[in-house]
Amino acid sequence: MLRRAGPSLRHFLLERKSSAGYSSYFSEAKMSRPVQSRRLEGVDKNIWVEFVKLAATYSTVNLGQGFPDFPPPDFLKEALETALSRENHMLHQYTRAFGHPPLVKILAQLFGKLLGRDLDPMTNVMVTVGAYQALFCCFQAFVDEGDEVIIIEPFFDCYEPMVIMAGGTPVFIPLRPKAPEDGKMMSSADWKLDSAELASKFNERTKAIVLNSPNNPLGKVFSRGELEVIADLCVKHDVLCISDEVYEWLVYDGKEHIRIASLPGMWDRTVIIGSAGKTFSVTGWKVGWTVGPNRLLQHIRTMHQNSVYHCATVAQEAVAQGFQRELMLYGKPDSYFVQLSKELQKKRDWLVQSLDAAGMKPIIPEGTYFLLADISNFKSDVPDVPNSDEPYDSRFAKWMVKNKGLAAIPLSAFYCGAHKNNYSHFIRFCFAKEEATLKAASDILQKWKQEKTSP
Amino acid sequence: MAFRHKNTRRIEGLDSNIWVEFTKVAADPSIVNLGQGLPDISPPNYVKEELAKASAVDRLNQYTRGFGHPSLVKALSQVYERVCGRKIDPLTDILVTVGAYGSLFSTIQALIEEGDEVIIIEPFYDCYEPMVKMAGAKPVFIPLRYKNDGNSASSADWVLDPEFNSKTKAIILNTPHNPIGKVFTREELQVIADLCIKHDTLCISDEVYEWLVYKGNQHIKIATLPGMWERTITIGSAGKTYSVTGWKLGWSIGPQNLIKHLQVVHQNMLYTCPTPLQEALAQAFWIDYKRMDDPDCYFYSLSRELESKRDRMAQLLQDAGLKPVIPDGGYFMIVDVSTLNVDLSDVDEKQPYDYKFVKWMITSKKLSAIPLSAFCGPETKRQFEKYIRFCFIKKDSTLDAAEVILKNWNKQTA
Repeated sequence: MLRRAGPSLRHFLLERKSSAGYSSYFSEAKMSRPVQSRRLEGVDKNIWVEFVKLAATYSTVNLGQGFPDFPPPDFLKEALETALSRENHMLHQYTRAFGHPPLVKILAQLFGKLLGRDLDPMTNVMVTVGAYQALFCCFQAFVDEGDEVIIIEPFFDCYEPMVIMAGGTPVFIPLRPKAPEDGKMMSSADWKLDSAELASKFNERTKAIVLNSPNNPLGKVFSRGELEVIADLCVKHDVLCISDEVYEWLVYDGKEHIRIASLPGMWDRTVIIGSAGKTFSVTGWKVGWTVGPNRLLQHIRTMHQNSVYHCATVAQEAVAQGFQRELMLYGKPDSYFVQLSKELQKKRDWLVQSLDAAGMKPIIPEGTYFLLADISNFKSDVPDVPNSDEPYDSRFAKWMVKNKGLAAIPLSAFYCGAHKNNYSHFIRFCFAKEEATLKAASDILQKWKQEKTSP
Repeated sequence: MAFRHKNTRRIEGLDSNIWVEFTKVAADPSIVNLGQGLPDISPPNYVKEELAKASAVDRLNQYTRGFGHPSLVKALSQVYERVCGRKIDPLTDILVTVGAYGSLFSTIQALIEEGDEVIIIEPFYDCYEPMVKMAGAKPVFIPLRYKNDGNSASSADWVLDPEFNSKTKAIILNTPHNPIGKVFTREELQVIADLCIKHDTLCISDEVYEWLVYKGNQHIKIATLPGMWERTITIGSAGKTYSVTGWKLGWSIGPQNLIKHLQVVHQNMLYTCPTPLQEALAQAFWIDYKRMDDPDCYFYSLSRELESKRDRMAQLLQDAGLKPVIPDGGYFMIVDVSTLNVDLSDVDEKQPYDYKFVKWMITSKKLSAIPLSAFCGPETKRQFEKYIRFCFIKKDSTLDAAEVILKNWNKQTA
C-alpha cells in the first residue's frame, strides 16, 4: 500500500490549487495521503463486531456474547442507588486516577487475604476500564518490538491483536484434547498442555506468557500441577506472567481457583487481572483492576495516565461497597460469590444435558460461564465449502443464528489465523442466562434434531 | 535474581505527571482548591436523575455496542448535525471514548507514528506531549505570543504564528483554549486551515469547552471550514458539557475514513464504554437538543453562570493587585504573579518559579492553583513561569473563601 504520496504527486496536487487557497477538487475528497499508523496493521478485524450485529439482527435466543441476561445482585444495585442519591455530588467528578480510594483499599484487603500478602492499595492495585483495558496496559507497558508473548490456545481473542499492536510476536501453544476413557463426556480438564512442547516455546526473546484461568472459551481451570509447570518455566526464563483471572469466582464441582502469583517466585513477575463485570454480573459497568508488585504496576500506571487517566467514579464507589459486603460474607452461604457459582453450576448442568439430548456433544467446563459443544452431528445442514477462507464453525454459527435464531460463537474465533481450522466443529455457548432463555435454546435444538431425523 | 523487566520504549520518560503531583498536594480539605479543573458545583438534576433511571434497567448494566451506545451516538449526531450544518452518520462518523482524554489517545494512536511531526500550540493541555511521544512522533511546539501593551489583558491578545513543513502530520488545536481561555476567531482558524490543506495535514481539534464561550465570542468548529471536514477529528466531552467529569465519557467526530481507524484502536484497547452512563448522557442530550433554541438550554445557561464567576474571579485578582488574563472561553484564568514579588530564590529546587510559587501559596496561603509551565515545552518554560492558572467553575462558597485569602494577602506580607 502506498505509504506517502511522492514528491511528484504532491507537486501535481499543489499545482491544481487555485490562488484563492483551496480547490474544489478537494471538496468531498479524502486526505490525499494514507493516514493510519502502521501499528494498526493486522489488528482491524474483530469477531465481536460481526457476531454481535448478527445476534442483534437474527437471534431469538442469544447464547453468544458473554454477558448475563439475569439482573445484577440487589445489593449492588442498591449501592449504586445510594451513591447517586447522596447529597455529595462529587461522585460525579474525577476521583483518584489510579483507582477510587475505597475501591483500591478493599481490593488490597481482599487480594491480600487471598494471596497471603500485605498489599498497599496505592501501589499494588490499579483500577482500569474493565479487564480489557488492564490487558491493554500490560501489553503496552511491557511488550516491545522483538518481544515474544506466549498465548495458550484457545484464547480470549483480544490477546493476539493487543500483542501485535504493541509490536510483539505472539507464539501460540494449543491445549490438546485427550478423549476420556469409558465413553465419559469430555471435560475441560481433558484438554492439556504438553509440557515439553510448552518448554520449547520459551527462549531469550520471550517477554511474557498470558495465562487465562478459568479459561474462556474452554472453561478449563488449571490445576496446581499445571500452574507449577508454567511457573517453573517463567522463573527459569525470567518471563512475566499476565494472569487473566476474570472468572476466578466461577469454578464448579468443588474445584479450587489457584492464583499463579501465589506460587514460589511468581509474585514478583505476575500481573493479576480481575473484573467487576464478571464478579458481580455487571459487564456494562466496565470496572476492572490489576494487582501486582509495584515495580510492575508503576509502568502500568504510566501507561494508564497517558491513555485514559481516570475511570468513572460512581461505579467504582458501588463496586467498593459490593466488595465490602463480600469480604464480610467471605466463604459463607450468603456470599454472592458462593451463590452465583452454585447457580451457574446448575445452569451448566442443565445446558450440558440439553445439548447432549439434542445430539450436540458438550465439553463440561470446570469454570467460567461458557462451554463448547461439538456440532458434528448437525453438519449435514451446513455443507462444506471447499477452498473457503472462512472456517467451517464460523459458517455454521452464522447459518444457525440466521436459520434457527440461536446465537453462539465459533471456536475458531479463539485461535490464531494459522490454526483456525484445527478445531472447526465446535461452537461456544454462554450459559449465564435465565432459565427461560436456556429452555428456549433447548427447544430450538430439540426441534432441529427432530427435523433432521424425520423423513 | 536478575530481573530484566524494564518498561517498553514507548513509555520511557513519560512517568511523571503534573496532576499526580498537584492533586496530592491539594487534597487537604483546608485548602481552597482552584487548581485541577473539576467543578465543585452540582451537575443539573435531570442529568443525575437520568443516571439513576438508566441503572435501574437490568439490561443497561451489561455490554452495549463497542463504538458507542446506539441512543448516545444518535443523540450526538443530532446535536452536532445542527451545530455543523452537515449530515453526521451516528455509526460511522462517531466514536464514544473514555473521556476526551480517551479520544485524544485513540486519535493519536490511530493516525500518528514514528517519523511524524505534530504541532502543539503552547501552552497546551499537558497530555498532548506524552501522547505524541508515545506514538513515536516528534512534538513541535509553537507558542501563543502575547501582543498587547495595554493594561487589561484578554485571552484574545494571545496570537499564533504557525509554520508547517512536509513532515507535519497533524496539528492539535484546542479551542476554547486551556489554560489561556482563548477562543480562536474564524480568521485565525482560516490561517490554520489553509496550512492544513496546503500541507495535507490532519487537524485534531480538542473542543471540550465548546459551550463555554462568553459574550462577544463565538465558538467556531474548524471542521466546518471548507476543505477541513475530511481531515479533522473533533473531540468533545460529557464531563465539561454537563459538569460530570467523573463520568469520563467523550467522543470523536469526523469522516468515516478517519474514524474507522480510531474505532480499530478502541476495539483493541477497551472495546466498549460503560452502558448506564452512556444511556443517561443520551437522555440528557435529548432534553437539551429539544431546547437548543431556548436560552434555558444547559449549554447556554452554564455559560452564563460561568461568565459571572469569571468576572468575579477577575475582580478578586485585580483587587489583590494582580493582572489576570480575562478568558473569552473555558473555565480557567491565568494570572501573572511576578508583580507580587514573592522571593523564592532560597527554595533551592531546580523547579521553575511558578511551581515554587504554587507550592508556597498552598502551604502559606491555603490556596491552590496550577503552574503554567506545566503546560509548556522545554523552550518556553522560562517565558511562562510567572503565570499560574486558576479554575473558576466553583460554587460561591469556594470563591468566597478565595476572596478572603486574596483580600488578606497584602495584609500578611506587609
